[in-house]
Amino acid sequence: MSTTTGAHGKVIGLPYVRVEGRDKVTGAARYAGEVPFPGLAHGWLVLSTIARGRVRSLDTAPVLDMPGVLAVLHHGNALPVDISWVDPQLGPPDATLGVFQHDRVPYAGWPVALVVAETSEQAREAAEALKVDYDQESHDVDLSYDHPGVYPLVGPLRPATEEKGDLAAELAASDVVVEAEYTTGQGHHNPMEPHAVTARWEGERLEVLDSNQGSPFVAGALAQVFSLEPTAVRVRTEHVGGAFGSKSQARTHHVAAAMAARILDRPVRVVLTRRQMFSLTGYRSATIQRIRLGANPEGKLRAVEHRSLCQTSTTYEYVEASTMMTRMMYDADAHHTANLAVRLDVPTPGFMRAPGEAPGSFALECAMDELAEKCGIDPIELRLRNEPERGPISGREYSARNVVACFREGARRFGWAERDPRPGVRREGRWLLGTGTAAATYPMHVMPSSASVTANADATFTVRIAASDLGTGARTALTLAAADALEVAPERVRVEIGDTAFGFAMVAAASAGTRSWVFAIRKAVAQLREQLSQGAAVPPEGVTVMANTFAEAGALHHDDKERHTYGAQFAEVAVDPATGEVRVRRMLGMFAAGQIINPLTARSQLIGGMTWGISMALHEEAALDEATGSLVGADFAGYHISAHADVPAVEADWVDDPDPGDPVGVKGIGEIGNVGAAAAIANAVWHATGVRHRHLPIRPDRVLLAAPSA
Amino acid sequence: MREFGYQKAADVSVAVALLDADPEARFLGGGTNLVDLMKTGVERPARLVDVRELPLNRIETTEDGGLRIGATVTNTDLAVHPEVRRRYPALAQAVLAGASGQLRNMATVGGNLLQRTRCGYFTDVTKACNKRVPGSGCPAIEGEHHNHAILGTSQHCVATHPSDMGVALTAFDAVVSYETVDGPGELPLADFYLPVSDTPHRETALPPGALITGVTLPPTPVAANSRYRKVRERASYAFAIGSIAAALDIQDGVVRDVRLAFGAVASRPWRARVAEQMLTGAPAEAVSFAAAADAELAAARPLAHNAYKVRLMHNLVAAVLTEMVQEVAR
Repeated sequence: MSTTTGAHGKVIGLPYVRVEGRDKVTGAARYAGEVPFPGLAHGWLVLSTIARGRVRSLDTAPVLDMPGVLAVLHHGNALPVDISWVDPQLGPPDATLGVFQHDRVPYAGWPVALVVAETSEQAREAAEALKVDYDQESHDVDLSYDHPGVYPLVGPLRPATEEKGDLAAELAASDVVVEAEYTTGQGHHNPMEPHAVTARWEGERLEVLDSNQGSPFVAGALAQVFSLEPTAVRVRTEHVGGAFGSKSQARTHHVAAAMAARILDRPVRVVLTRRQMFSLTGYRSATIQRIRLGANPEGKLRAVEHRSLCQTSTTYEYVEASTMMTRMMYDADAHHTANLAVRLDVPTPGFMRAPGEAPGSFALECAMDELAEKCGIDPIELRLRNEPERGPISGREYSARNVVACFREGARRFGWAERDPRPGVRREGRWLLGTGTAAATYPMHVMPSSASVTANADATFTVRIAASDLGTGARTALTLAAADALEVAPERVRVEIGDTAFGFAMVAAASAGTRSWVFAIRKAVAQLREQLSQGAAVPPEGVTVMANTFAEAGALHHDDKERHTYGAQFAEVAVDPATGEVRVRRMLGMFAAGQIINPLTARSQLIGGMTWGISMALHEEAALDEATGSLVGADFAGYHISAHADVPAVEADWVDDPDPGDPVGVKGIGEIGNVGAAAAIANAVWHATGVRHRHLPIRPDRVLLAAPSA
Repeated sequence: MREFGYQKAADVSVAVALLDADPEARFLGGGTNLVDLMKTGVERPARLVDVRELPLNRIETTEDGGLRIGATVTNTDLAVHPEVRRRYPALAQAVLAGASGQLRNMATVGGNLLQRTRCGYFTDVTKACNKRVPGSGCPAIEGEHHNHAILGTSQHCVATHPSDMGVALTAFDAVVSYETVDGPGELPLADFYLPVSDTPHRETALPPGALITGVTLPPTPVAANSRYRKVRERASYAFAIGSIAAALDIQDGVVRDVRLAFGAVASRPWRARVAEQMLTGAPAEAVSFAAAADAELAAARPLAHNAYKVRLMHNLVAAVLTEMVQEVAR
């Protein structure tokens, strides 16, 4: 049989079911915590119950006598690990990776011990029986704009402040000014599948079976932590039951499992509980955002100021950079943005779906809605009048900016033209009805990746790339992209992912995973086809080509274009002013997101992002107990996520987004569905009730207290 | 988690004898609350006595025309029962307003009455809680309490009772039947839950080791015109932040009979007797409803972050009763 290419028609853009879908619905797909290992031991983490202080003592003797207990690791007996390294892109690691290296407790939920036992149940029972005494110190967990520790971020990823023009002068000269403070609650990712890792040593080689967003990144960190050659660590991740940023890097449980496996000389698995995930896997900081917009009577912006404060821990600087969208979306002669942080005795926050843009778009797009109201201009018209020609701060040209098309097509489908702009005038039974809209944007990056493609002797092809499929359908999208590049039927392509043995690849994050991976796969395929075109028969072992995009991605990163996806979000809500209940009735999101590979899974992912927006707008907020400095109700009973009944007709679609200036064409859709969704809902709540809600989530108690007295 | 013994009871007498013999044993119904609490270490029974398959799963009309509901009747079976839906619609609605389909298929009537508060301090063994560890304190009073009680609280506990079903049963004067090794007994639901006082860990007046065998609803004609409204922080699958079971009988524009009970405002389902007394004989109009609600809520002692519940319950009384009057008028 010959291994031909070029004989198949269009693949990209047609709906295709997940290639691993059958395995998942039949239970054949095994997740990281389910894979059997001979000789497996189970570790259970013990977390601090104080927010600041020192571990005075751990009473390990009675625990070691409990059934099945093999070891109790803590700062008194841990292996030394190295966290002094600095990643050229990400900076130094979170000190939380320095598991059990000292007795200090920098936040509630800090790992103080790992109990290892023969069974998971024995480990848990022993871990919960372990008595830990602390020297407690007073803690500071209160996020406030006036906190004396507020500082502009200094991290390497994003600039703290961007300022152009004379803000005071432009504000003074503005006919219309909106000045408001917007705040958002603390959010947690909560993927259905908890974090789970199994570590096993073979001599100086570390093998890790994991659930993560990027095996190369986990492997890289573990190699540093345990002072190993990068090639001595192999990390694999097959199926991932959701991640949303929480599985984007090596964390406590990876190090603890590897350390215990080393000490016990047997494989050790550590699975986090739901509650442990609230302090050990990152989260989205609450934000306090202050915005001032100045405009002329026609709504043309003269002044834009957006300052956003978030918290980070004392062990690591992670900043929820909520002003990034403002730097990209609207121009003004005076344009000031600042990302601020304050270090508190709290767990380290981290990347959570649409980091920065999710809370930032809420503040910015609600402020734009308030400006439209003050100017007496339709909110969509206001945005059209403020379409910039170039990046407001960068001055770069847009590679493609199709937000206007999103608004026009979205408005048509949503029935925006019939909208009465007056707030608080539509009633249906006990419900007040309203509609709202908001813009969305998210930056597009390409990160270096490598991929290999093998032409097999049986006329099939195997693609290997260290990508992760978080449940989004990435594996299927890569299958289609490879089939498209090969011009063969997708059934002839098998994609293997998640293994560091396949080389370096971008982490599934920042909406750059599929985009970066497709870039590398296409290059490998092109080289393979070049090789196959020489006409030689494929030998039994196949023909393999490996390619990487290190040079291309680097060049694209430094070119002179603004590259983004865009969207327009629409929402209709019903509000009962007597009870404070808010229900979303329907949502529509129109997006401009480049070439859509698989409309079936793309639509799901966009709807998922919009659903997250409902959850963020109405439900999600962790509750902090200030006295203990820890969360209360940190589980699915206490931390509410939208239920099915909260998610009505949610429709996502896209406009054509040709981008001839972009060498990939495929853009990311992981975040864009989320951006602006909460703002559209909040704006609809205003339109329904006439009351502005500037704090998320818009809970019934807040609606009730904000409503005029009955 | 702690290892525990498990035993399925063959009949009621065996069940109560097993519990009597082992003070660390607990009855297991649907397990929808107890098993969760065992996982989090709040409950650590040495033995579970499974009573779910005891022959207590019938719903029968009593001789006087009331309804007797067996303790192991599932929430689902209770909610779909034709007599319940016809004669006590608020009860069916309350049950359906709770939990999810899967949980309602498992949960039982007896277990529902004995479920524990969902206060986040109670369910977290790393935190103080007078209900879980008497004398350890109640951090909710100064801490996170936006969904805590406003009525019948004490300085020792401000937790709410989570049941929806119990609110409707309370409105209709249900009586709880139980069995002990010393024989059977009965407790009106009104006396079933103990005042919080300084003993929030003592939640019911059931004798030690007692097994709930059923709940009896007296004949309550007004209940045929009743409804349950639940307000929660999402559209489904959440405990109430305020709920109301209401039954109303109007003649010539005057309230002849009324039943009102509130959920999520107290350590037990709260029968609004003050409001009922004010309304009985009063004109069936918004002014009376508002005044009655205010009179009932005059006893409210809200904390810093749950004062909205006073307004919520006021609004709920007015909205639900007004809605019922309007429907009668149509």
